[in-house]
Amino acid sequence: MTELHSTLSGIGVSAGVAVGPLVIVSPPPTAPANEPPTTDAAAASTQVRDTLKAVADGLLAKAANADAHAKPILEAGAMMAGDPGLAGAIDTQLQTGKGITNAVAAAVDEYCAMFESLGGYMAERVTDLKDVRDRTVARLLGQPEPGVPSLTTPSVLAAVDLAPAETATLSVETCLGIITSAGGPTSHTAILAAQLGIPAIVQAEGILDVPFGTSVALDGGVGEIIVDPSEAEQQLLLDRKARREKALAAGSGKGTTKDGHPIALLANIGTAADAHKAAAQDVEGVGLFRSEFLFLDRDSAPTVDEQTATYTEVLQAFGDRKVVVRTLDAGADKPLAFADLGHEENPALGRRGIRLGVVRPDLLDDQLQALANAYEATGGDLWVMAPMIATRQEASWFAEKVRSKGLPKVGVMIEVPAAALRSFDVLSEVDFASLGTNDLGQYTMAADRMQGALSTLLDPWQPALLDIIFYACDGGAKTGHPVGVCGEAGGDPLLALVLAGLGVSSLSMAPSKVRAVRTALALHDLHQCQQMAAAARASVGPKEAREVVLSMADPVMVDLL
Amino acid sequence: MATREVAIGSSVGLHARPASIFVQAATATGLPVTIAKQGGNPVDARSILGVMALGAKNGEVVTLSAEGDGADAALDGLVALLERDLDAE
Repeated sequence: MTELHSTLSGIGVSAGVAVGPLVIVSPPPTAPANEPPTTDAAAASTQVRDTLKAVADGLLAKAANADAHAKPILEAGAMMAGDPGLAGAIDTQLQTGKGITNAVAAAVDEYCAMFESLGGYMAERVTDLKDVRDRTVARLLGQPEPGVPSLTTPSVLAAVDLAPAETATLSVETCLGIITSAGGPTSHTAILAAQLGIPAIVQAEGILDVPFGTSVALDGGVGEIIVDPSEAEQQLLLDRKARREKALAAGSGKGTTKDGHPIALLANIGTAADAHKAAAQDVEGVGLFRSEFLFLDRDSAPTVDEQTATYTEVLQAFGDRKVVVRTLDAGADKPLAFADLGHEENPALGRRGIRLGVVRPDLLDDQLQALANAYEATGGDLWVMAPMIATRQEASWFAEKVRSKGLPKVGVMIEVPAAALRSFDVLSEVDFASLGTNDLGQYTMAADRMQGALSTLLDPWQPALLDIIFYACDGGAKTGHPVGVCGEAGGDPLLALVLAGLGVSSLSMAPSKVRAVRTALALHDLHQCQQMAAAARASVGPKEAREVVLSMADPVMVDLL
Repeated sequence: MATREVAIGSSVGLHARPASIFVQAATATGLPVTIAKQGGNPVDARSILGVMALGAKNGEVVTLSAEGDGADAALDGLVALLERDLDAE
């Protein structure tokens, strides 16, 4: 048991301070191995059907209060729980004498195996099915259903990690903060929390041992958690929060350093709905529009007309502000039913991004045509870039395609170290580059970004990653073409100073992070940023790099993190 | 036993939203309706998991069967539903 008044630490992934009672998300139960066998199959069958009905009703009740995004997920779960085929399959298992929860698990697992073998959209439904199984097994065992309980009072949520379906129902009003014992800075939880502006910490060992309902205070900037904080400790954190709000309220408009050097502050978006939300914010445009959402969860590629409509909507939302669209970034890790190139042992190193575009130029041609149509219709400031470019030849191939459609600006993502090291070559073919620091980090350090245990290697403060970014910017300076950042690193106000010092000309991030980055830039001149970049690169490790930069920064920075 | 053949009109095939609309309609008939792909085994049309696992694609012909009072009218209604592009609606 974690002691009260103790301090826990993790990795801060979404800045801000919160104090509230801890609500621990119950882990899913497992069907017990020592369960007694079923002797009365008919009675067990009735019990299972009643339980499935209760699970379905529970999901429907949640759906009734959920937003447009969460509602269909919950309704689909209710429909699965009420499926007569599933009840029949469980009956078959009960008749073999399996214990009641084991029968449920076995029947669901059969469906899961079938869906997984179908791949694509069906494989993704496995998560929903397993959720139904876990809820049913929990009820049969007399336990509370797993997952996020509906929060009636504002609370701090703790979990091993949160699945997309679990975060779908979170609201800023009741969820004060999020703490996970697993996950990493680029996990789903971290990205979502940053988008919603909820303070969050990942990799916080010991948090799940804290008793339910204990008051906890967290600081999502530095990754510190105080269990059962004293009033003085709470006050310290809340004072910090107030100072932070005050510092943030000061700035607005375009991003510049103290001496007026411009660093454009842009938003990362994933859907047309995001575009409308982001356009209402004080941002200079979009630095990364991930176009994948148009392609996922469907059997055939979206038509040119369908894509044109979406791109037009996004460009219109931003008027004369710039919008950078990344062409389809799919591959074995994000499989598409209509562009399945088969199983790959190492999807991150496989035929993804532009490599898929080369095998399926029809998909890319349609997408570029739709972008050209949207450009013609709106006259917006449209920039188009390709993911996963590794060589000058790939950049040249892509640039020719984009320019042949009459599109005004073509660029590349720099995520592969090869492209960063030879950025002069690559940038000679195109108009701009954008650094995807998450993937660039994973490829530079040879560390899977989904592997939470490797988060130190994936720390964006790794001096090797800063070196690679330096080389990429150097090629940009020599060609006179701008190099921006659109990875999570750009949203860290302290690291943003280093990136500016390395020569980056724009930073794209979750819109909720823009204010802190703007304030940080306005407090330092370009020369200071360059000195910080040099000091960070001269450090022996990520922790030391961050410490030295913080020591060189304006004292107000401590409150912004 | 009443049977009907119909080509799937939904552009994404018979899964996701179109599948759930179809299953709800099949359940609402109150009859034991089945659906089968050509040469395949019939599955319970009231089972969302069964219908999704069928994986019927756009343009693919499926056979609907039902027994009981009003089976013909019920199947006609389901055929009309499957012919539409439910995903686009």
